[in-house]
Parts: sequence; C-alpha cells; structure tokens
Amino acid sequence: MLSWFLQFGFPDWLAYGAAGLVKAILVLVLVLFVPMLALWMERKIAGRIQDRLGPTRTGGRFGWLQSPADGIKLLMKEDIIPAAADPLLFRLAPYLSFCAAFCVFVVLPVADGWAPAGWDSALFFFLAVAGLEVFGVILAGYASGSKWSLFGAMREAAQVVSYEVPLGLCVLVPVVVVGSLDLQEIGRMQEGWFTGWLIFHDPFVFLIFWIYAACAMAGLNRAPFDLPEAESELVAGFATEYSGFRWAVFFMAEYAAMFAWSGLGAILFFGGWNGPVPVASWLGLVSANGPVAGFLGNLLGMVNFLIKGFLGVTVMIWARWTLPRLRIDQVIAMCWKYCVPLATLMLVGVVLWQGMTLEWCSAPPADAAQEPSSIPSQWPGRSAGSGKAAPAAMWRFAGRLCADLQVMENKEEIVP
Amino acid sequence: MSGSILPTILFFLFASLACAGAVGVLLLQRIVYMAGALLVSLAGVAGLFFIAGADFVGLVQLMVYVGGTVVLLAFGVMLTARRSQPGWQVPAGQWAAGLAVGAVLLAVLLWSVLAVPPWRSVWPTVSAEGAPSGGVATVTTGSAYQQEAQPGTIGPLGWALLGVRTDRAIQQDSSQAPLDSSQAQANFSQAPPNRFQARPDSAQTVLDPSQEDARQTGRSGYLLPFEIISVHLVLVLIGAAFLARARIPFPSSPLPAVGEAGLTNGQAG
Repeated sequence: MLSWFLQFGFPDWLAYGAAGLVKAILVLVLVLFVPMLALWMERKIAGRIQDRLGPTRTGGRFGWLQSPADGIKLLMKEDIIPAAADPLLFRLAPYLSFCAAFCVFVVLPVADGWAPAGWDSALFFFLAVAGLEVFGVILAGYASGSKWSLFGAMREAAQVVSYEVPLGLCVLVPVVVVGSLDLQEIGRMQEGWFTGWLIFHDPFVFLIFWIYAACAMAGLNRAPFDLPEAESELVAGFATEYSGFRWAVFFMAEYAAMFAWSGLGAILFFGGWNGPVPVASWLGLVSANGPVAGFLGNLLGMVNFLIKGFLGVTVMIWARWTLPRLRIDQVIAMCWKYCVPLATLMLVGVVLWQGMTLEWCSAPPADAAQEPSSIPSQWPGRSAGSGKAAPAAMWRFAGRLCADLQVMENKEEIVP
Repeated sequence: MSGSILPTILFFLFASLACAGAVGVLLLQRIVYMAGALLVSLAGVAGLFFIAGADFVGLVQLMVYVGGTVVLLAFGVMLTARRSQPGWQVPAGQWAAGLAVGAVLLAVLLWSVLAVPPWRSVWPTVSAEGAPSGGVATVTTGSAYQQEAQPGTIGPLGWALLGVRTDRAIQQDSSQAPLDSSQAQANFSQAPPNRFQARPDSAQTVLDPSQEDARQTGRSGYLLPFEIISVHLVLVLIGAAFLARARIPFPSSPLPAVGEAGLTNGQAG
C-alpha cells in the first residue's frame, strides 16, 4: 500500500501517513465489528444453553440488530461519575483498555500478507501490548472510589499478571517448532491440508493448546475465571461504577481481546488463514497467478480466519455459561501450580522433540558451505512464500555454521 | 534518512511524550497520576526505540517497563495510597540534591551520546520510481507485506546470542579488500539498512587476519551472560517470595505465635 501511494508522487511522509491511516481504519472496522457479532452470539448461545431463545425481535428475525440497539441505548444513558471518583482517571481508564485491545490487532494477520504490520517480532508485540489492557482495569478500579471496584481491580491485577507467565510459555511451543516469531511466517508454515496444522505436529504442541486455551480464558478474565467482576461477590467488580458509553467501551475491549486471543490461537495452532482443505490452491487462487487471484485467495483466507476466531469465541461463551466460577485462590493456584509447570514441561519436551527429529550437525554441510547461494531467501523468517522451506533452511544454516566452526577450529590448530 | 521528514516528526512526537511524562512524574502531586505519567514517559521511550529500528528493545521496553513495572507500581499504590493523603511537600534541600544528581546523570548521558557515531537510519528510503536507494532489497521485491516491512532485529539478535554476528559479517562482505579499522568503521556506518540479510561467508573472509579477529570475537556469543543473568533473577525472585511469604504455622504445632516453633528461619532469611 505504501508503494501504491508512492506511485502518485506523494512525499513519503504523506504516503506513510495515508497508508497508516487506511490500515488503522480497516483495523478499527474489524475491532468494532467483532464485539457486535460476539455480543449477539453471546446472547443467543447463552439463551440456548439456558433453554431460552435469546433476542428474537430486534431487526426482524434472530435479533440480529440487538447489538447496535444495545449500543444506541448505552449511548443515550446518563453519564454518571461518582462523587468519590477521581474524574480524570475514571474517564481515561476505559480508553486505555480499548487502546490495548485495538493495538493487538495491528500485528494479527487475517490472511497471507494482510496484516497492518508484519513484523519479525509480531508475536512478542502481541504479548507485550495485550498485557497493557490490565492497566486500564486497575485504573478503573482505583479511580472509581468504591471498595467493590478496588477489590475487582486487585483481583484483576493478580490474576492477569500471573497468567501472563504461562501464556508466554504456551506461545513459545509453536514458536520452537516454526523457528520464527513472525505470525505470518507461522501461518505460512501450515499451508496445505489440516494435517499440516501445528496442533497435529507433535504431542507437546497438541497438549499445550489446551493449556493455552485455559490460560487465555483466565487471562481475559472470562468466566469461569471472571473473578474481577464476580457479580455474586463484588456487584460488578471493576465495572461497578461504570455505565453508559464508558461501560460499553470496556466491554468492546473485552470482546475484541477475546477475538484477538482466539485468533492468535488459530494462527499458532490451527493454521491461521489456511482452511482444513487447500481449496484456494486447487482453484489457483494464489498470488503467483496474478494479483486478482491472490486477492481472492486472501479473501478466502480471511473468511477462514474469521470463522476460526469466532469458533474460539464460541467456545469461550460456551464455557462461560456452563461452568461454575472458581475461587480466587483456586484460580491463582491453577496458574502457578499446574499451568506453569505443565507449560514448562511441554516447552522442554518440544525442544527435545525438535532436536531429535531434526539433525543438528550430523548433516554433511560440505556442499552447502560452498554454494554461494543468497541467504536472504533462506534466512529464517524472511523466506516469503517459500512456506515449509523455512525451518529446513534454518537447520541447514545451523549445520553450515557447525561445519564453519569446525573449519575454524582446525585452522586455529594449524595456523600457530 | 534521505529526504523524509517523517522520522523527524515522529522523533519529536515521541521525545516530547517521553519528556512530558518525565516532567509529570516530578511535578504531579498525586502518586497515581505519577504512575500514569511514568507510563506515558516509558511508552514514549519505547516509541523512540521503534523509530531507531531497535524493535526488539522497544518491545522489551513495552513488556517489562510499561506492562510490568508500571502495573506493579499501580498495584502497590492501590494497596497503600490513601485518598485523603495530602500532596507531597518536597523540601528545597531535596530539590537541590535531586537536581545535582540529575545534572550529573545528564552530563554522563550527553557525553556518551555524543561519543556515538552518527545514527544510521533504518527507514527504507523509497523513491517515487520504486528504485531502492542504499541497497534496500526488500522494498521492491517480495510480496506486498514485505514491501513495507521494516528490517527486523529479532533474528539477528537470536543469532548473536549464539555467537553469529551478522552485522560483522556484512561489514566483512562489504569490504572486499583488506581494510584498516577506520575504513572498516566508515564502511560499517554506510552499511545498508538491511545489513542483516547477509551471512558469515567463510570462503571470503578467513584469509584476512583482521577479519578473522572480528569473527573470533563475534563467535563468543552472549548465551552464557544471558543465562547467568536469568539465574540471578530467579534467585532474587525466590528470595523475595521467601521473605514475603505468609508465615502460616505448621498444622502440627499447637497454635504457636508467629515466628516461633521452627518458623524463625523466615525472619532469619
């Protein structure tokens, strides 16, 4: 997009700005669309689970206009700031949470090449920014001037900060398999049939997914881990004093973060934008067949990704309406006594698995050391479109490196 | 940075954010506001890192300082601060001492910053014809995503941890003839932004003794220091948890007072 703007002769600061603006607006559309749909799904699924129908009338059938109607209702509500609250921080807190949830989407690729920012370190950015959401909640709890809010915020801080540890360990396991922190690279690795998805790669990745799912739910403080807003104990936790638009912003942030985490799970474990069956490549919808085919293929990939993300959201909703809430000590104990050790075990296991299945230095790199091939295409994380060649290239590089080291050691012995 | 004013604009934006946050930490009266100002300041510094092309350092800044330290700080404030607490009155003597320490630190920082050779821009310099200047290969080749990708640092950092210094490799690759050190330095400072895309090339460089030295020092790697620091941090964490643990009496002892019945080790530690 940058080069597209540049070809009209814009100065490059304007081109960067325009490209950034377009991308930001696209991300904003996604971030606003996702909570609407997720909220409607939550109502319908909760209704079915409780043997009700959920909303039926709004918008004619299925209550499909329920979320916009809710939004309008919340906008019309009176803007209440409690007398004991800190007005500045009280106003600021929801927007901080929403900013964090929004920024996470910046690195989330919805299709091959369709990420606002494709970084080498996209996954790390995701973790770093997703951790900032808690700050808004803490500020909200503190600034509300209410003991319920303060208790909720303290629980949130303890719970979310704790669960960042096992989540970080969980996402490392697919990274060890792929050898890249670039989410697009991780997605490209899983092209083809669903058997190529990372969750079917080895038993450790399969097991770590379940830990990831539980920890993501806890990190999002969704039920059964929704202690920060436990309505049977804390009225509504950190959101007790919030109403109207600010409350809506908090919950948009929550639903957007739900989608972001399940989308991350889809990329890390379930092939990202690659469907279970390689329909796009059968139809020739790959970027090698021209830009239109590539665009259509990416569109298909985006549909795939959205379906997977919303499937994850559905599972979270399902868990919320079927499982009873845990106690706070149980939640923390689950994190530190079970999830962290298990995730560490899986991490060690997958490292051993990778080390056993791929030969480190045993491959004879004599010919590889001499070929004057250009490394940019073989550099891990930089092999665009080469798909599964990346880790092989990495290990070849490592093998060449080992041979190189041996050569140098021999030279050291000879030269003096 | 040929021709583009965007990095300059962004630099001044983030630098003013960082400075404003720092001044806010000094001047604000409420401790929670100070935490918020600290958040702004640290996030501004992270933005500066991103502009300088040190994306990994910027992310660590976000992860550790903005996401970790400030959250813990706010958590601590929440537990301790009282709403009725009056604003802090800082005595003039403390102001003077603080200003003196700050001036010394500023002098040290200025001295070390000015000692650094001129910064290399990592922004892809794209011209209107799409022709890359300065050897930015990825700007014109590759998929649409790669056209706008900034050179990442996380891969080269990982290799450097294992002792492969890709930046030194390109330094040697770009100098076909034997160079003296000043010439090599000049060459290094003119290295293209995507200098990480080269690799240590054995056939070309082992013949030259000075380059051999550079390769040798690069090979040592940072894995051992990294591991030592990690173990150190784990020790600190365990120690802190040991000191801060709740001193719950053992079930076997009949309701002892805190600190008795074999629990004195908690206080001795």
